[in-house]
Amino acid sequence: MKILVCISHVPDTTSKINFTDSDTKFDANGVQFVINPNDEFGLTRAMWFKEKQGAGVDVVTVGGPEVEPTLRKALAIGADQAIRVDTAALDGYQVARELAAVVKSGGYDLVIAGRESIDYNGGMVPGMLAELTGAEFVNNCIGLEVDGGAARATREMDGGKATVSATLPLVIGGQKGLVEESDLRIPNMRGIMMARKKPLNVIPGVSAQADTSFVKFHKPAPKGAVKLVDPDKLDELINLLHNEAKVI
Amino acid sequence: MSVLVYTETDQGKLKKTALEVASYAKAVADKLGSSVTAVCINADDASQLGQYGVNKVLNIDYEGEFNAKRYASFIGQAAQQEGADVVVVSQSADSRYIAPILSVGLEATYASNVIGEPSSTNPFIVQRNTFTNKAIGDLEMKSGKKILGLSSNAYGVHENPVDSSVEGFSPEKVDSGIKVQSVDKAGGTVSIADADIVVSGGRGLKGPENWGMIEELAEVLGAATACSKPVSDLGWRPHSEHVGQTGKPVASNLYIAVGISGAIQHLAGINASKVKVVINTDPEAPFFKAADYGVVGDAFEVVPQLIEKLKEFKAQNA
Ligand SMILES: Cc1cc2nc3c(=O)[nH]c(=O)nc-3n(C[C@H](O)[C@H](O)[C@H](O)COP(=O)(O)OP(=O)(O)OC[C@H]3O[C@@H](n4cnc5c(N)ncnc54)[C@H](O)[C@@H]3O)c2cc1C
Ligand SMILES: Nc1ncnc2c1ncn2[C@@H]1O[C@H](COP(=O)(O)O)[C@@H](O)[C@H]1O
Repeated sequence: MKILVCISHVPDTTSKINFTDSDTKFDANGVQFVINPNDEFGLTRAMWFKEKQGAGVDVVTVGGPEVEPTLRKALAIGADQAIRVDTAALDGYQVARELAAVVKSGGYDLVIAGRESIDYNGGMVPGMLAELTGAEFVNNCIGLEVDGGAARATREMDGGKATVSATLPLVIGGQKGLVEESDLRIPNMRGIMMARKKPLNVIPGVSAQADTSFVKFHKPAPKGAVKLVDPDKLDELINLLHNEAKVI
Repeated sequence: MSVLVYTETDQGKLKKTALEVASYAKAVADKLGSSVTAVCINADDASQLGQYGVNKVLNIDYEGEFNAKRYASFIGQAAQQEGADVVVVSQSADSRYIAPILSVGLEATYASNVIGEPSSTNPFIVQRNTFTNKAIGDLEMKSGKKILGLSSNAYGVHENPVDSSVEGFSPEKVDSGIKVQSVDKAGGTVSIADADIVVSGGRGLKGPENWGMIEELAEVLGAATACSKPVSDLGWRPHSEHVGQTGKPVASNLYIAVGISGAIQHLAGINASKVKVVINTDPEAPFFKAADYGVVGDAFEVVPQLIEKLKEFKAQNA
């Protein structure tokens, strides 16, 4: 089985979110970038398929040279080789079309992506990629097994979960639950040394165009200070929620 | 030309978010000078959508389980028939699953987490939440066709009665390699995604045996119950209740956090909620900075009293 894990290179959650170029671009200055948390769960699940079922695991990111440390980290965790599609990631549709070219030429059976990136929160690349490559798609995937040509996946829904069977090729939008958090891997020294020797192939993109762009970013209006209510005067809280906030 | 809106049903009944996306579609259609067509699957009473500005409803009779590819194709066929350039969907888990598939099918661009009406229709610009709600981006959508995913509770339900008709619609049924084997519905009566109010408990509640009062508070308010990550990791509550950056997103009208410190990863998932109330013994807990109303106090004293007072309030306002 050949697996491709799509890795989005995102600012760590605790980063300060600021913008430059008249508030049109994210200010990456001093920001720590990490593997998108949803993709980390997927990568760890891919390692399980590698170790238990002999799967080959490639990782891919669409982006400039700045994403390479993130790909190296994925190699240190255990991926066999990395691919960087050498073009800036502009929007979900463009990234999905770039990835579709990689998937088609690589002949992957299983593509593991994350349910969403924590930067632009698009939640669109995996589903688009599946549709562009004619693969089946399971979103919000919290459990995945593959046996021969078929997969069994569990998907989280709004009021519960569903288990489905799926034919390959398959794309998933994965999240926490694919593996336990305690099983997430941190690169060790040996992994980091080995990663240096593994291939990181830089390939040109297919010049997919973006159809959307951010014309401006704003910070949400600053919130007023919290109104504290005395624990002995909870009627006041109910009054505020009813008459002021109008939510009960 | 019309604006098409996918109005979701649950066992034949239109969901509350269906009424919200219909209201929103009406506002978008007014800006574009067009009408609204809704598409729904197995709706018992689709005519009520006329109350929210829908001129025409296409109701599909469908036997079988939810299938995202098939549903996307149904909506796509409706969009073709109606010549719709704008399709509005909710941000339920199902719609988030369907929309990217639909976007490829229609060659439309998709904006998720949209929080308001387009600020301009030429160029077409909408506001959407980004960076886990820490920033709002004005997104310009250049393609001819567009899909807008409206964040729940961002627009609200607005009555806007119009003449409305309901028609049967029988789209072609595409094949899918996905077959549902089993569905496991969570116990709670209200799901986090559909709830107006969410009551959430953290590690400050000490143990699973203390959740009775959280459930009771939720029941009095007609709310869904949720929890912080450590609470589900410890097995005190099911994983399906875990909210935050790595859990379910919450965009309710009211979020009540009991014994939750307000870590940035928790807030990332819940700060799209409109009004936040925090109950915590520690006045320094970071949640107080993110909340609208706060009670510095012991949950074991505050929550039972709050339940009593809410019951009185409900009795008076019934
Ligand atoms: C990558 C990553 C992702 C994460 N994702 C999530 C996520 O999705 N969701 C999430 O929730 N967390 C997430 N976390 C964890 C997060 O950082 C916090 O550790 C977690 O939210 C803390 O949970 P808590 O507030 O319940 O517990 P604590 O931080 O232990 O807080 C308990 C609170 O209860 C208060 N308290 C104690 N006794 C009482 C009492 N009697 N009455 C009232 N209050 C009381 C205390 O003052 C304290 O503020 C993530 C962390 C990482 C690193
Ligand atoms: N630039 C990128 N390169 C590779 N994969 C990506 C990229 N952007 C997004 N993805 C994948 O798509 C998933 C969802 O991202 P998004 O649609 O941007 O929210 C991520 O979790 C990744 O698996």
